[in-house]
Amino acid sequence: MLIVKDAVVRYGAIEALHGITFEVKQGEVVTLLGANGAGKSTTLRMLSGLHAPSSGTITFEGNDVTKVKAHMFSSMGISHVPEGRRIFPQMTVQENLEMGAFGRKDNYDEDMERMFTLFPILKERRKQLGGNLSGGEQQMLAISRAMMSHPRLLLLDEPSMGLAPMIIDQIFRIIGEIRDAGTTVLVVEQNAAQALRLADRGYVMENGVIAFSDDAAKLLHDPRVRAVYLGESVD
Amino acid sequence: MKNFFGNPRLQRYGRTLLILLLIIVMTGPEGNGSQPTSGFTGSFGNHMSFFGFFYPQRWVVFVLLAGIIYGVISSVKLTVHWWRNRAIFRGDTYQRISRTVVATKRRSRLKSTRLGFYALGLAFALYFPHLVTDQSWQTLVVQDVLVYLLLALGLNVVTGFAGLLDLGYVAFYAIGAYTTAWVTGSLPTPPPFGVHWNTFVAIPVAIVFAMLCGVLLGIPTLRLRGDYLAIVTLGFGEIVYLFINNSYGITGGSTGTNQIPFLSFHLGPIKYLWGLIPEPYYYLTLAFVVIFLIVFSSLEHSRVGRSWVAIREDEVAAESLGIHPLKYKVMAFAIGAASAGFAGVVTASQTLFVTPPTFTISFSINILVLVIFGGMGSIFGVVLGGLVVQGFVAYLTHSPPSVYNAADLYMYLGALLVVMMIYRPAGLFPSRRRLRELHLIEGGVAPDTLQVEIGAHRVQEDV
Repeated sequence: MLIVKDAVVRYGAIEALHGITFEVKQGEVVTLLGANGAGKSTTLRMLSGLHAPSSGTITFEGNDVTKVKAHMFSSMGISHVPEGRRIFPQMTVQENLEMGAFGRKDNYDEDMERMFTLFPILKERRKQLGGNLSGGEQQMLAISRAMMSHPRLLLLDEPSMGLAPMIIDQIFRIIGEIRDAGTTVLVVEQNAAQALRLADRGYVMENGVIAFSDDAAKLLHDPRVRAVYLGESVD
Repeated sequence: MKNFFGNPRLQRYGRTLLILLLIIVMTGPEGNGSQPTSGFTGSFGNHMSFFGFFYPQRWVVFVLLAGIIYGVISSVKLTVHWWRNRAIFRGDTYQRISRTVVATKRRSRLKSTRLGFYALGLAFALYFPHLVTDQSWQTLVVQDVLVYLLLALGLNVVTGFAGLLDLGYVAFYAIGAYTTAWVTGSLPTPPPFGVHWNTFVAIPVAIVFAMLCGVLLGIPTLRLRGDYLAIVTLGFGEIVYLFINNSYGITGGSTGTNQIPFLSFHLGPIKYLWGLIPEPYYYLTLAFVVIFLIVFSSLEHSRVGRSWVAIREDEVAAESLGIHPLKYKVMAFAIGAASAGFAGVVTASQTLFVTPPTFTISFSINILVLVIFGGMGSIFGVVLGGLVVQGFVAYLTHSPPSVYNAADLYMYLGALLVVMMIYRPAGLFPSRRRLRELHLIEGGVAPDTLQVEIGAHRVQEDV
C-alpha cells in the first residue's frame, strides 16, 4: 500500500534520514520504533508532505506521492495525527470533528456517530472546547478528527505521549478496532512494548536509518530493541 | 504595605496615570534647538498652574474624550449584559434550566439583540442626513466615518478572521483611489482604451484591481508567518506610497491629481450628477457598507471562515486536514482589499483629488486602531469601535475645542490604544473565540468564559 524507497531527508545541511526503505501493506498495523532523535517523527513529517525528501520515492497505492503537498494528502486517503495532538483549542469537539471532514462534500453525520461510539467521552464533551479536554481526551479527539476524512491509511505520531497507562491501553485498543474496521495504520512510538503488542510488524530506527525489522511478536522479545533504546550498539 | 502596592487594580491605575503624565509632557508646547527642554518647562513650570495640572492643557481633551467614550460604551455594554442575562437577574429558576438549553437560548438571544442593534443603526443611518443638515458635517461623516468603517471592515477580515497582521493595508486604499483617477483619465497615464470613463465604471475596476494586488502581494509573502508577514506588508505599503509619490509621469507624483470628475449617472432620460452636495455620497457609501457588512458576516460562518479559524489556531493541523493555508490566506487578503478599493473610489470621487500624503503608514495604523479598539474578529465590535472613534475624530475636525491641536490626533489615538490594552485587551466587543484565545495565552488553559458566565454548576461537572 505504502512503499518508501531510499528516502533521504535533510534539514539544511544536516541529513536526518540517510535513505530509509520500508513498506506498509494493506490492513496491517506497522510500528516505527526508536529512541529520541532516531528520525521517527521526521519520517512521518515526510509521509504527510510537511517535509519533502531530497531523494528517494514514496509510493501510495501505486501512485508516486513524493512531491505531493501536505494539504493534498487527506484527499488521497492518508490522514496524519500530528505529534502533540494539535487539536484546535478554541473550537468545540464537534467543530474539531467537522474540520476533519473539511475535504468531504458528502454527508458525514454517520462518521461522526461512529467516532462517538468509538470514544463515548467525546459525545459527552461535544459542546466543549478542545483546549479544555484532558490530554487523553485530546488524543482521542485528534484520532477521531483524522478518521473523519475516511482515510485508508492512518499515520499516528506518538499517540501515547504524556498519557496515563490506563488511557494508553484504551487508545491502543481503539487503534486495533480501527485496523479491524479496514484502515491501515502506521504508528510511530517510543512505547515499544505497547506498540509491538498491537502491531503486526515493526521497524526499528537508529540514527536516521532503519536498523532492523521483523514481525512484531518476535521483536517483542528481541534484545536488540532494548539495546537500541539504551543506546548500545546493535550487532 | 506590599499587598497594597501589589493590588493589580492599583497597578493598573498607576500605569494609566503614567500614560497621562507622558501625554502631558508630549502635548505641551514644543521646545527648540537651543533650549530643548523649554517645552517641558512650558507645560510643567507654568507660573499659572501647579505643575501644569490646572492649566488647560490638551490632555484635558484626552481625559474628557476617554471618559465620554468609556461612559457610552459601558452603558451600552451594561444594557446588553442585562438583556442577555435577564434570567440570572430573575433568580433561582435559572439553575433548573439545563445548560444546553441555556447556551442555545443565550446564543439566539445574542443574535437577535445584535440584529436589533443593526436594524436600529440602519434606521438611524438612513435618517441621519435629515437630522444633521450641515453639509460640512455630512462630508465629514462620509469621509471620516463611513470610509474608515469600510476600511476597518476589510482589515478585520485579514487581521481578525485570518489572523494575518497587515501593516500596509493603506496600499489597497491608495490603489483604489489611484485606479479611480486612472479610469476617469485624470492621471498622466492614459485611461484604459483612451476613454475617459464614468466614475461608476471605476467602482468595479478599483475593487477588482485592489483584489488582484492583494493576490499578487499575498502569493509570495503569505508563506511567512507572524512578525515577518507584518514587516513585509509594512514594506508593501511603503513601496506603494513611494511609487505614487515619485512616479511623476505615471501618477502625477507628489502633487497627485485634482481632476477626478464627480460620480454621474446617465441612462436614457435619467440623468443625475453627484455634485458638491454630500448626501448622495452618503447613501452610496452607506449602501456599500451594508453590502460589505452582510458579505463579511456570512463569510465568517462559511466554510471559508472556518478554515480561517483553523489556520489561525494551528496552521500545521489545518494543513494536515486538507486545508490549503496559502489559498485561504490569499483569499483573505483579496477579500479584505476589496472594501479598501471601494473606499478609495469614494474618497477620490468625492474629494476630487488624490495626493500621496493621504496614504502613509500612519493611516494603516489608524485603521488597525479601529479594529483593535472594536475587537478583532468581531464585526459588531469593529462597526461600533469605528463609529465611536471616528465619530469623535469627525467631531474634533469639525469643531475643534480651543485646546485641541490636529497634529496631536495620532497621539490621542495611540494613548487610547494603550489604555485599551491595559483594561480591555480583546477590544470593546471581542468575538467569543478571540476572547478565549487571549485567555489561553495569558494563563495556560483558562476556564471557558462561557462556563464561568453560565454558572458554577457547570464548572463542577467538568472536573
